Amino acid sequence: MKGFGIIKGLGVTLKHIYDTYAEDFKTGRKRYYNEAGVRMRMTPDTKGIFTVNYPEERLPVAENFRFVPFLVYEEEEGEKVPRCTACGICSKVCPTQCIWITRAEDPETGKPLKTPAEFYIDIDLCMNCGFCAEYCPFDAIKMDHDYELASYDRMQNNIYDKERLLKPASYYAEIRPLHYAREKQAKAEEAAKKAARRRPRE
Amino acid sequence: MPDELNKPEYNIPPELEGTVAITTLDRIYNWGRRYSVWPMFFGLACCAIEMIATAGARFDLARFGMEIMRPSPRQCDLMIVSGTVTKKMIPQVVRLYNQMPEPKYVLSMGACACGGGPFKRGYNVIAGVDKYIPVDVYVPGCPPTPQALLYGLIKIQEKIDKESVKEVRWYQKEEDPGIPVPILGPDLIDLRDFPELLERVTQKEDQA
Amino acid sequence: MNEEIKVLETYEQAVLERFPDWVRVDEREGYQGLLVESANLLPLMSDLRDELGYDLLTSLTGVDYLPEEKMEVVYHLFRSTGGAILEIKVQIPRSNPVVPSLVGLYPGAAFQEREAWDLLGIKFEGHPHLKRILMWEGFSGHPLRKDWQEVFYGDEKKPYEDRWPKGKTKKIEADNPYQENIAYPEGFNPETWIPEPAEFLFKGSIPLEQEEEFDTEKLVVNLGPQHPSTHGVFRMVATLDGETVVDLEPVMGYLHRNHEKIGEKNTFAMNMPYTDRLDYFCSMSNNFGYALAVEKLLGEKYHPPERAQYIRVIMAELTRVLNHFMAIGFFLNDLGAYFTPALYTIKERELILDIFEAVAGSRMMCNYFRFGGVVRDLPQGMEEHIREMAYERLPRQIDELDRYLVENEIVVSRGQGVGVLTPEQAIGLSAAGPVLRASGVPYDIRRADPYSIYDRFDFDVAVRYHGDVYDRFLIRFDEIRQSIRILQQAIDSIPQGEVLANKPAYKFKMPVGEAYGRVEGPKGELGFYVVSDGTDNPWRYHVRAPSFINLTGLRQMCLGEKVADLVAILGSIDIVLGEVDR
Repeated sequence: MKGFGIIKGLGVTLKHIYDTYAEDFKTGRKRYYNEAGVRMRMTPDTKGIFTVNYPEERLPVAENFRFVPFLVYEEEEGEKVPRCTACGICSKVCPTQCIWITRAEDPETGKPLKTPAEFYIDIDLCMNCGFCAEYCPFDAIKMDHDYELASYDRMQNNIYDKERLLKPASYYAEIRPLHYAREKQAKAEEAAKKAARRRPRE
Repeated sequence: MPDELNKPEYNIPPELEGTVAITTLDRIYNWGRRYSVWPMFFGLACCAIEMIATAGARFDLARFGMEIMRPSPRQCDLMIVSGTVTKKMIPQVVRLYNQMPEPKYVLSMGACACGGGPFKRGYNVIAGVDKYIPVDVYVPGCPPTPQALLYGLIKIQEKIDKESVKEVRWYQKEEDPGIPVPILGPDLIDLRDFPELLERVTQKEDQA
Repeated sequence: MNEEIKVLETYEQAVLERFPDWVRVDEREGYQGLLVESANLLPLMSDLRDELGYDLLTSLTGVDYLPEEKMEVVYHLFRSTGGAILEIKVQIPRSNPVVPSLVGLYPGAAFQEREAWDLLGIKFEGHPHLKRILMWEGFSGHPLRKDWQEVFYGDEKKPYEDRWPKGKTKKIEADNPYQENIAYPEGFNPETWIPEPAEFLFKGSIPLEQEEEFDTEKLVVNLGPQHPSTHGVFRMVATLDGETVVDLEPVMGYLHRNHEKIGEKNTFAMNMPYTDRLDYFCSMSNNFGYALAVEKLLGEKYHPPERAQYIRVIMAELTRVLNHFMAIGFFLNDLGAYFTPALYTIKERELILDIFEAVAGSRMMCNYFRFGGVVRDLPQGMEEHIREMAYERLPRQIDELDRYLVENEIVVSRGQGVGVLTPEQAIGLSAAGPVLRASGVPYDIRRADPYSIYDRFDFDVAVRYHGDVYDRFLIRFDEIRQSIRILQQAIDSIPQGEVLANKPAYKFKMPVGEAYGRVEGPKGELGFYVVSDGTDNPWRYHVRAPSFINLTGLRQMCLGEKVADLVAILGSIDIVLGEVDR
């Protein structure tokens, strides 16, 4: 019969409309405006309304999620000590070459120090590939989860300097708990190995 | 009546609460505009897919009054420059911008539209669409996630909120001449730079 | 039968025996294939096509060997019945790069030859309409030549010297005296310069016959570059006789962002995230092709471990499912079903993107593959999640989509018999992927020339026989179903273990040589041709983009159709402009 295909197709849309109300009726209030509700809408058997009401609700990002990079610093006696040693690997692997680093120098001897004096990232160039974080041997540069970076002026805002890039290690532990724990464990193991190596010599 | 219209909070007698709202002309003008920003259905590159995803079910642009994406520039208020702008494309982008009626806004989406992005050094790439058309909001990221784009759109709404009927450029007396459309020559010819270009050529000839 | 296999194993010898005077083996270290003089190219190719069955000219490109003052044109040939590659090369002097055009033998060479002329300045004698394709007519210079430099010219190779240890924080525009990415040739005078006439674009690749007959009725209609259903910045210049299309000229290059030139400045590792941006729906497949090509160069040491192979296949198949879902949704958009089917398919895409985000870190630009494996293992619980998707969600949704759309009378009547491409035409036009298979040619690289571990899985090559728009629409359903089958087998048999063959590295000891790696991307054969000169940066980096080459057949499909069907035909090819223009 002509037109049967269309009617069959309309049945599918009708079922979608029905599902919307049926799901709402079944789960009630707890479907919206809380994290469990958002997670429910992300599972493979989700049905009904699929919308995440940004900005009231936010889609949780995966731990591996990467946006622009940031520098990790450790809090030591109230001072920000960046983990970065200005080795320059991130600026070498960066595919868009959007990282500029000036290595700090000892003001007296002029010898290079293991810390950056200046560190810039041009986020107008950055392609969020994550190479800098991947190849950093000191876990000093990591990919951020913060994507709300829109601004009215790019000349002012879109070259990030060291001040803006530095974020505490606690923030890193918060957004990437698994990575942080894994790195901490690896470091502890490394330290233990070193200690074990040193002991026989003594 | 939405609460946001009611600020500056005048004292409304209790018996009239809920029936009467007092507001300013600017506020109601901007309130009307901010919830009816129609973006242009205009995709350039990768970011356009995220823009379409933003219009999809999960992020649902319609919640901001932006569901109607118009393919024609004559019917839109917002141009989302979503992706790499190339020299071959810039004449069309400028022409589309000129064809949009006032009030118009431009959102540059993604690293490429903001400043050339990963392709900045390419011979056919414009390092930032703002070299040709004025941009209101920059959304960095490669590509920005739909939520990052929504954040940029909220920024546009905030910008609209701050405008005043008295000062907006589309009620000024001077007529907007539009932006001259660049020409494709041996390389891109920006007509605004034409005098400089001419000067350069004559200088060279003088030297010779 | 036995003889056939013998020929396949020793294809190079077979050609050598047949033409001892014409061809010789390319004996440079790391190179393969056969060299031929340009005078003998046409007779050799016609014999290869007609007698030895190499009917599929998949890739054609040029290489600029500046130090040797030579240009090389590289042809990659396959048989549509399956088998390994046959590489033919022609060397020509750089000062006068002329080779005979192959358009007469393989019509699919038309766009690729134009691209080689545009970017490398190689002249193809006998090409019916040799003009620029990616840049505009009148642009000065051929950008992919090694002595041509863009204006934003920093150091010759990445990484740039000035980034570390003395970082300079200036915008690179400051390097350029005119503040823009613009350079005019010597002696250019804007006052006396006359722009190209607009009609230049409207001239079709083949001149119209009997032009004077419809002098009064001929109408030129431009669709694009800003058009809601050209899938981006694509432009079709259609010449109409009433409602009927009598000629069609695809115009592209509006998104030409210099992928290959930038790729030659990058190091090998840096190109991986750039490949994401080729076909931005299928970044995983693009990664796959590039990784295969470079692993071929690097040798056995970089053979990925078992688990990585499985992860690669799972990701590539998920990408195919995602891409075809979107292709179906957008195709219905093009037919005028404004957005509802697309909404449903975008929903499935979002759920697959959640997997990609959890695994690779980004929704679209995954950058997940590395030479010798993948960057990191699947996160905890992901295998279960993928299994649930592969066994429950995706089969259910594809069945629902099937009920929703396939029997719809509007889709049927707008699709059946429209935009037909016969098998012979499809092979001749170098079509690939769903476009080729919908025309009745069961050519799938996963079967015809298996790579990775595809030979372990049980699946059918989807094929349809009418070659019209409707079949190209249906074949995407078939392919999703086959991909789900592969996904189910892969997720059930994935072993534990390492995911990277070597330690993570960003610098590699690249041997001198060339490699052509290809995968069956969702849109067709995606090939990467890489030439290494032993340094960190590739000497030549060429992408055989399926969307671009599938467009060669667009004119053939559209001739004689109504103007309203143009959009449907274009939608059924499923192009992505990032890949067309690169």
